[in-house]
Amino acid sequence: MSMSLDVHGLPQSRVSNTVETPLEFSTEEGSLKIFGFWAFLAQDMILFATLFATYLILHNHTAGGPTSKDLFDVKGFVIETVLLLTSSFTCGLATFEMRKGNVKGTIGWLMVTVLLGMGFVGMEVSEFIHNVSIGATISRSAFLTGFYTLVGTHGSHVSLGILWMILIMIQLWRRGINAVTARKVFIIGLYWHFLDVVWVFIFTAVYLTGRVL
Amino acid sequence: MSIASPTNTSHGSYEKFPWKHILGFVLSLALTFIALWLVLSIHMPPRILITLLVFLAILQVFVQFLFFMHIGEGYRPGYHISMILFAFFTVFVVVAASIWIMSFASMPSMVS
Repeated sequence: MSMSLDVHGLPQSRVSNTVETPLEFSTEEGSLKIFGFWAFLAQDMILFATLFATYLILHNHTAGGPTSKDLFDVKGFVIETVLLLTSSFTCGLATFEMRKGNVKGTIGWLMVTVLLGMGFVGMEVSEFIHNVSIGATISRSAFLTGFYTLVGTHGSHVSLGILWMILIMIQLWRRGINAVTARKVFIIGLYWHFLDVVWVFIFTAVYLTGRVL
Repeated sequence: MSIASPTNTSHGSYEKFPWKHILGFVLSLALTFIALWLVLSIHMPPRILITLLVFLAILQVFVQFLFFMHIGEGYRPGYHISMILFAFFTVFVVVAASIWIMSFASMPSMVS
């Protein structure tokens, strides 16, 4: 596919037909920053892979302490999963509204996403507090060290995402939708959906598998 | 990669109603509850069950990347896609090879 490029290195076809190019990709800077964020996601995926590998290897090293079957509460982790899946959907709707140029719709769906994310983090914190209250602390066994490191790293990603999303909502409110804010909304969306992907694996490899093995 | 390239389908798929997002949401919930149902209600050997669960999780990843993350969009999306595929490969090696190597240790592990 040999496309002719304009002075900015963008393909002519995209530049000449701006109706088809989403706003966040309309400048070279926007395209490059989105590419850079995909690179970040690729390396973050590998960070999580190391934590998953550690957890899975240490899963049975409970040192006589609580096991995954003792700790994991089905109702709790299913509600957490549904909250996060729904927030991924509402975050997708925010990008959808952003592309229609609807500022209020974008901010509204981002707000719903933030609230669902807060619900998720709140449930996770209460799960951890409950675990600690029955003696399942991070230093109790290798299994629990791996568990808190993996699930806690994901939870801190979500917490950071909430703060980040609130800042983007403020910027959208003040500046409206332009090439820069559109790119920011798109990127926080990528981040949020990525965290949902990581959670799907925590749901599968930690919680569901922990009920089986 | 026509499924993930709404930039090429004129501007039809983004104007009216977010069907693609709703389909993705329904699929992600369905995959989650199928996995849960397998664990809670069906008795089968753990090895087969875990293989099924991992398969469902991988489908779930495709739902997120294709329906929500628009991985096929942008200027030359082949760069995004090849980078993510390389990350998938690295993730697989890190997780599977670590578990495989540690299965030789005398300590009890998940795959013993």
